[in-house]
Amino acid sequence: MIVQVAQAGTLESSDCLVTVSPAPGLELEWRGPSASLFAGRNRSLVETVLAEKGLEGAKIIVQDQGALEVTLRARIGTALDRARKGANR
Amino acid sequence: MGQENRRVLNSLGRSVPTFIDGLGAFDPYRGPWSRLEGGHERTHFAPPLKGRMPQGSKVTPSLRQAIEASGLQSGMTVSFHHHLRNGDALLMAVLNECEAMGIADLTVAPSSLTDAHEGVADLVRRGVVRQIHTSGVRGAVGKAISRGEVEVPVVIRSHGGRARAIEEGSVVIDVAFLAAPACDPQGNMTGALGPSGCGSLGYAQTDARHARHVVAVTDHLVPQPLRQVSIPQYLVDQVVVVESLGDASKIATGAARITRSPVDLKIAQDAYRLIAASELLAPAVSFQVGAGGASLAVAAFVRDHMRQKGIKGSWGCGGITGYMVQMLEEGLFEALYDVQSFDAAVCQSLARNGNHIEIDQSWYANPLNRGCVVHNLDVVVLAALEVDVDFNVNVMTGHDGVLRGASGGHCDTAAGAKLAIVVAPSFRGGVPSILDRVQTVVTPGETVDAIVTERGIAINPRRKDLAEAARAARLPVKEIADLKKEVEALTGVPERAEPDSDRVVAVVEYRDGTLIDSVFQVR
Amino acid sequence: MRAILRSMLYIPGNSPSMIQQAPVFGADSVLLDLEDAVALSEKDAARDLVAAFLKTLDFGGQVVTVRLNGADTPYFEDDLRAVIPCRPDAVRLPKCSSPQDVRSCDALMTELERKNGLEPGTVKLHAMIETARGLSNVQAIADCCPRVTALTLGGQDLTADMGVRKTREGTELFTARCLVALAARAAGIAAFDTVWSDVNDNEGLLEETRTVIGLGFTGKAAIHPGQVAWIHRAFIPEPGEVTKARRIVEAAEAAEARGKGVIAVDGKMVDAPIVTRARHTLEMARLAEEVL
Repeated sequence: MIVQVAQAGTLESSDCLVTVSPAPGLELEWRGPSASLFAGRNRSLVETVLAEKGLEGAKIIVQDQGALEVTLRARIGTALDRARKGANR
Repeated sequence: MGQENRRVLNSLGRSVPTFIDGLGAFDPYRGPWSRLEGGHERTHFAPPLKGRMPQGSKVTPSLRQAIEASGLQSGMTVSFHHHLRNGDALLMAVLNECEAMGIADLTVAPSSLTDAHEGVADLVRRGVVRQIHTSGVRGAVGKAISRGEVEVPVVIRSHGGRARAIEEGSVVIDVAFLAAPACDPQGNMTGALGPSGCGSLGYAQTDARHARHVVAVTDHLVPQPLRQVSIPQYLVDQVVVVESLGDASKIATGAARITRSPVDLKIAQDAYRLIAASELLAPAVSFQVGAGGASLAVAAFVRDHMRQKGIKGSWGCGGITGYMVQMLEEGLFEALYDVQSFDAAVCQSLARNGNHIEIDQSWYANPLNRGCVVHNLDVVVLAALEVDVDFNVNVMTGHDGVLRGASGGHCDTAAGAKLAIVVAPSFRGGVPSILDRVQTVVTPGETVDAIVTERGIAINPRRKDLAEAARAARLPVKEIADLKKEVEALTGVPERAEPDSDRVVAVVEYRDGTLIDSVFQVR
Repeated sequence: MRAILRSMLYIPGNSPSMIQQAPVFGADSVLLDLEDAVALSEKDAARDLVAAFLKTLDFGGQVVTVRLNGADTPYFEDDLRAVIPCRPDAVRLPKCSSPQDVRSCDALMTELERKNGLEPGTVKLHAMIETARGLSNVQAIADCCPRVTALTLGGQDLTADMGVRKTREGTELFTARCLVALAARAAGIAAFDTVWSDVNDNEGLLEETRTVIGLGFTGKAAIHPGQVAWIHRAFIPEPGEVTKARRIVEAAEAAEARGKGVIAVDGKMVDAPIVTRARHTLEMARLAEEVL
């Protein structure tokens, strides 16, 4: 379980700003103009990253500025790593 | 209210109504040439002839008195032009005045609606506006229509389609309120002069010739004779002087600049290379590009090419930008046909250069007159919101299904040109631009020769000759299905929601008057 | 992979909008930058992002390289650990001042390659010469390790280290350019020139690129996509040169076909290095026509 609130990414176009905070299960909030177009993908993408990091849950807020899948994955991963390391950001 | 009785599938497999209450019967689209071949004659709608006593004055002291004198009543049709772009204040001023006078249920038929016309959404809600015919809708108006707030489906027309509809009498204008940047007391007017100078009044010319009553509204009354005349006095019933036609900073826009976006430039460069490969960039070439992003940037590459090879083109047409004017002045074109000036930077040229020719909407693109300019285009470069694997193009609805674009001259020029190129980034905001099926077809794939993206060029299978030439020029030609897959590998595949409702909120007319697609209500 | 790299486009390592378009600008190679283009607070994020793109993005025929943070920074090892498994064509090691700098990096790379099931030496190393000491050791750096396949000149840092001003004319870099090109040619590896920083002066870029080609550089870095075409333009051989090269290569092929060792064009003997250069000229002419 992650112990800290952390962020990764930016609000520039093609990027996303990911904010994670501790939670027992997955709580996902996706904001952005294309959120509804990719609703299913977004959830499974987050679940995959969580599993890769060996985490069961986190509250994850993604402000999606039109990021590609690869960017979303990387940013979510960075945010979770930061939260796990306890880097207070 | 049972607004639509029945729908059929047209030749693109799109569901379109055959009859709409309040609008009448429609034929489904059957291909781009279904009404052009055969040469049969139709009746041309004509407005009434009216006489005037000699030595009278046409100048009416106020907008309200002009409306009263025009005989405008609830349920009638009013028209406007959108040559003042996002700076136009006239459309709202007239409709607000109508509301104050208790006139309601109007049909509004402007050449297009711009950002300056957001207030129309509220006028719909208050019952002042009941029907809309337009080329484009944006912002609040697009949302209101898409939510189903306009009872009778909105009719979306191309510029050529609008001229055709007015000339054949499908749209009958009771009163045309025409913003006139310079006007004399007899109603002679031009858009090339005055503080609200906008350039061509091409769309307004069509309205002036067909409306039952024409009101010229100006903020720059000049003594007779105005020597540069776009619309002559014998078409004008009244002249109203107002303080201002709108926001000068949004009317008198500077010349559109070439994009600095590296992706747009890459797209433009490949589009130019495709044009060069087609061998159409030869002496006497005719050419049209849009004003936006990659489209205008193509002109920059073409310009360099023509200069270097010493090629002199024949004409450029369409929405004219300062950039095209520079090309005219450099002698790269013999003439420009200007139906609409995209930036006010062209005013001087239009006023002084005899080779800069103002043309009306029908001359520009009406498919059912005896020959329009776009039918002799060699090359056109067009933008797109989204395209599909059948090369159909959507420039009307966003990926949420909401109306937010303009049909413009898109389908007219694509049909007319020898080479119609659509330029678009392969994805925008993480959403792919190439789909299995575009949300709304405005331009049929049958008239699109190639789609150029930053990740490759897809060429319509009908154009094997073009594909061969492009490959010989070592251009990155890809099958459109492969290109789509390549992009989806980056973006993922969007889950397009089915429309929330079966209710048609707008119909898209093809230029010949057949219905090419329907726009459905969203939440 | 391309054999000839005329251009190497810098892409900031923490900018998704740039990285996602890296393949489309027509550069022969790209450099995903984890060093100067990334703020200290974002080193981890850029590393994750670059690694993710290396794994998924199709770069086409482009050579893909990554600029690491310096070996003297706390990011260097993490950079390598993240990047090596993604198998870029090469990593660029900044501030190479001695053969030892290169060997240490090589050792860690070898270890990481083994760990990830890669043949040692799979990922090449581009040594960046941007200190006075590095410049004085440049031949030894070029020769010290087979993994080094290119030298790259870093003009900004070098002039700073030398305590001199970087000018448009580049007189202050003249010696450095000669030394780097010479060392690279002697070692039979590539040499990349430093960036042209004025993105609004493409004529200047063209002129400088022509100059450095004349000094023996094989390629030049670009800091803006718009610079790529101008760099490539500098590599286009003169039409007369191409005609001559074609005749030399044809004569060489004919001699080879007849089993003759001696090549003659217009009655004059032609040496093997001339044939090699002629082949290179034809390759440059071919690349000039290529559209990515």
